[in-house]
Amino acid sequence: MRDELLSILEKNSRIDFKELAVLLGASEEEVLSEISKLEKENIICAYHTLINWEKTDIEKVSALIEVKVTPQRGQGFDRIAERIYKYPEVKSVYLISGGYDLLVTLEEKSLKEIAGFVSDKLSTLESVLSTATHFILKKYKDHGTIINETTKDEREVITP
Amino acid sequence: MRNFLSDKVTGLKPSGIRKFFDIVTEMKDAISLGVGEPDFDTPWFIRDEGIFSLERGRTFYTSNAGLKDLRNEISNYIKRTQNIEYNPDSEVIVTVGGSEAIDIGLRAVINPGDEVIIPQPSYVSYEPCAILADAKPVIVDLKAENEFRLTADELLGAVSDKTKVLILPFPNNPTGAIMEREDLEKIAEIAIKKDILVMSDEIYSALTYKGEHVSIAAIDGMKERTILINGFSKSYAMTGWRLGYACGPKEIIAQMTKIHQFAIMCAPTTSQYAAVEALKKGDEEVEKMRKSYNQRRRFLMNAFKEMGLECFEPHGAFYVFPCIKEFNMSSEEFATRLLMEEKVAVVPGTAFGDCGEGFLRISYAYSIENLKEAISRIQKFVERLRS
Repeated sequence: MRDELLSILEKNSRIDFKELAVLLGASEEEVLSEISKLEKENIICAYHTLINWEKTDIEKVSALIEVKVTPQRGQGFDRIAERIYKYPEVKSVYLISGGYDLLVTLEEKSLKEIAGFVSDKLSTLESVLSTATHFILKKYKDHGTIINETTKDEREVITP
Repeated sequence: MRNFLSDKVTGLKPSGIRKFFDIVTEMKDAISLGVGEPDFDTPWFIRDEGIFSLERGRTFYTSNAGLKDLRNEISNYIKRTQNIEYNPDSEVIVTVGGSEAIDIGLRAVINPGDEVIIPQPSYVSYEPCAILADAKPVIVDLKAENEFRLTADELLGAVSDKTKVLILPFPNNPTGAIMEREDLEKIAEIAIKKDILVMSDEIYSALTYKGEHVSIAAIDGMKERTILINGFSKSYAMTGWRLGYACGPKEIIAQMTKIHQFAIMCAPTTSQYAAVEALKKGDEEVEKMRKSYNQRRRFLMNAFKEMGLECFEPHGAFYVFPCIKEFNMSSEEFATRLLMEEKVAVVPGTAFGDCGEGFLRISYAYSIENLKEAISRIQKFVERLRS
């Protein structure tokens, strides 16, 4: 049940327990207890909402920043990653294989603020060797969801 | 001018679905639960392979029986799912959908007057195909109390010394019924004893929700008297690609290939290349879709239970077949009124045989959101009828 439960919740975290129980062919109690286990084990970490900010009046600018760093003795990349992810404007931090070390995504109100973050906060960290900032121009698909998708059923209405 | 039309063809009953189709298409904001095909698009990697084959210029006929690679993959697939060995060179033919396989399979074996046993409710094409092949269709009415499975007694009641073929349509459209191994063993015993050929239409084999599908060809002594029909439409959501296949004794496949060669030449080439990829890499996608159908199935079963609408639990395909006898009206009247009053289209059970009277076919090849809206409308309708 666990795998199927997770795949449903990953797509729709607002589904109610009763419906979830029906879809999984389990009792509500079983579903509730499984979810609370998953939360305790930190497998379910949070419940988010995917928002298309472009359609609102709120200005948001997002950037991906490639960061090269010097790993620290005894702590590898964890310490420097923590220094970076503590900033609330940082949306995600991933350790990456290949040409650079950390991929940081950032969301701010303006381009200027992002520039400020990179020059004042990120670049000045001792173990940061270099950064490369890429601005996101348009989101087509995010978290498995196609933004702006309108689905139309193109099947014949009745078929044998 | 003479009447140019064939008596045999003009004598065929038109499909009972057509009338509904015309009403629904006229109607705006109607919700349809009347579709007999998956709502999923064909998985992207399969479409991509079709596109790639076009880019490479694979636009010619294939061999009559189908691409060698595809026949190999079909043979592997049947081996790994059913543990039956079919020689890809002589015992497999690729057809234009499962439908073509039904047609040419019957034409390859029937002599005028042979009887073909057709359990109903079932897919609309068996009876006309049998008639076109000059067979005499013998209908067996399946019963709700047997979960619409074919029982040994029902079969024995229909067998005569003219019986040549039994059509075995499980998992079933429209009822969602399945036949499990012990059910099939009883049928196999009779088929062997009475020397009957079984045409097993297993197009929904990948969509079962109670154990894995078992083919009757997998039962001892049956491979040599079974034409196994399957295809890509339902399992891989590839209806528009028009691709199916038949496996069976090489003498029968050879005659089927002869008809296919003269009538069709070969199945669509692009579809065949795409299908090779589907069989090689598609298992995971099929499983994803199966899980999704199963969730919807449970959703509908629960909804009907809450509504107090009698419905046996179907374990296959993507249909439920609720009973509406409590309302004292015909399936067609119920479906018509439901469409007119609440704008929900379902298919009356009678479209799949007279014994479908008192039942509706409801498809769950729709998103949960869609099903929710439809269910709330059906509920309103049912409550109004009861009050």
